[in-house]
Amino acid sequence: MMTSVNIAGVDFKNPVMTASGTFGSGREYSKFVDLNRLGGVVVKGVASKEWLGNPAPRIAETYGGMLNAVGLQNPGVDVFIEEDIPFLRQYDTNIIVNIAGKTVEEYVEVAKRLRDADIDMIELNISCPNVKEGGVAFGTDPKMAEYVTSEVKKYAKQPLIVKLSPNVTDITEIARAVEAGGADAVSLINTLLGMKIDIYKRKPILANRVGGFSGPAIKPVAVRMVNQVYNSIKLPIIGLGGICTGEDAIEFILAGATGVAVGTANFSNPRATIDVVEGIERYMDVMGVGDVNELIGNID
Amino acid sequence: MGNDSGRGTIVYRNDLLGYHMSIGLEREDIMCQESYNDKVLAEIVVNEKIADRVYRMVFREKQIAEEARAGQFINVYCKAESRILPRPISICEVDRENGLVTIVYMIVGMGTKEFSELKTGDKVEVLGPLGNGFTLRDCEDNVIVGGGVGAPPLLEVVKRLPGKKRVFLGFRSGAFLVDEFRKYAEVYVATDDGSVGDKGTVVDLMRKVGVKSGNIYSCGPKPMLAAVQDMAEELGINAQISLEERMGCGIGACVGCICKIKADNEVGYTYKKVCKDGPIFDAKEVMFE
Repeated sequence: MMTSVNIAGVDFKNPVMTASGTFGSGREYSKFVDLNRLGGVVVKGVASKEWLGNPAPRIAETYGGMLNAVGLQNPGVDVFIEEDIPFLRQYDTNIIVNIAGKTVEEYVEVAKRLRDADIDMIELNISCPNVKEGGVAFGTDPKMAEYVTSEVKKYAKQPLIVKLSPNVTDITEIARAVEAGGADAVSLINTLLGMKIDIYKRKPILANRVGGFSGPAIKPVAVRMVNQVYNSIKLPIIGLGGICTGEDAIEFILAGATGVAVGTANFSNPRATIDVVEGIERYMDVMGVGDVNELIGNID
Repeated sequence: MGNDSGRGTIVYRNDLLGYHMSIGLEREDIMCQESYNDKVLAEIVVNEKIADRVYRMVFREKQIAEEARAGQFINVYCKAESRILPRPISICEVDRENGLVTIVYMIVGMGTKEFSELKTGDKVEVLGPLGNGFTLRDCEDNVIVGGGVGAPPLLEVVKRLPGKKRVFLGFRSGAFLVDEFRKYAEVYVATDDGSVGDKGTVVDLMRKVGVKSGNIYSCGPKPMLAAVQDMAEELGINAQISLEERMGCGIGACVGCICKIKADNEVGYTYKKVCKDGPIFDAKEVMFE
């Protein structure tokens, strides 16, 4: 049984990785899962310097999902290089660094700092809904998305994944723009913008008022968007949005994803990533699929 | 299964002493040597109502009972798939000998309502112990201050603390766990409506009874903790407070449950994780809005 895939020239032992912001840099989850069994670890967003993020509450549960408004709290790229890369390099898995910025220059700065770092790929985060500047402002305007992609591509040494926002009228337009900007792959979807109100206090639960909606409730939207993008660009796709099981992952692969990422499910089940790896293998075994690559986009 | 990156397989194994590295082992060797944490299904021994919307659940889980420190919490998971996030609930007490863990929780939403409907013999999915727990100091005068459903985790503190102990409990109306605390210490109770003990706040009661020195261990609603913080500062004594926040993962990965901590930087504060850096913090470092 072949579960290995290749994304933009990088070999993955299986299609399963983690979704940025749900897995830290793997340290906490390494007590629950063998990181050696994952195709890759996509780390929490890293900026050029420390970001404090948003005030609390940052989390709200919704029916079949959740909202978060963390706001990309991170200690900055220097701390990341010093502390997190050596930790992750102990494991036989790909390291994918999600990078954040408030300006094009800030994204470029992080990409430059990572040039000599021992990492496998970069994921450009232009779709986080919880930061006022940069982030989603770049990800919802095709011209800006193309521009920031091409600028970061100039300086990034590793293959570049661009993470797409679902909070747009036509996601294929953005996908085509980042393809034109020189992206090597795309990942989708980031969180949908949502809101929850405490009806007794008559105010939003999140301090940020709105937050990113994720979890199993968003899966149909994500599968649809992955399939739309698969049919409109040539780049490999990492699909995410509500994946909890191997069956969920297979659905994304059939929609056109080469890789899949597990996010919110980690909170309900710290071993979710391994469950997805094993679930894919079980499906292939039962369905007599010899190579996972046969499944990519393979629907009538 | 391995890819051809040329890197040796190095595996961390987590145990009580931290990480141990084993290098270059074959996968089969590794698989049988590793033990990873996971959620467990624990059998419920008791689940009973002890006050208005407040329940006491005892479940059998040897490892949590053995490992738990006073002030730590567990994640409790819902059966309903619509409720995806764990509920963090403080450990009220443990019985190491019989492998029992007690939690006391209040119905505040659909998740805790679901827990309240579980019966003896049912199974509940839990993970823990989580968080840092209180640092128990040997001292002449230990002052334990609890408010409402913040009181339960202090029971294990009182059980384990050496030396003289005084317990101050505050409630809105009515009281619970008072008899349990009385087994180990002098207990003073205050209620907002005067239905039990003194009428007024627990901090007013502390001033009346006379708290002058020692160590404070406290858990309760934010206004109460802020008042305890002020009092400790005024008296120049050490206070540890247990904070609460809406959590995502409960293990330190999602950075959802932060609190504001004084820092020597441009803005004067930083955010720390309640689940991982806490839930217990030194009162001196916490900034209440």
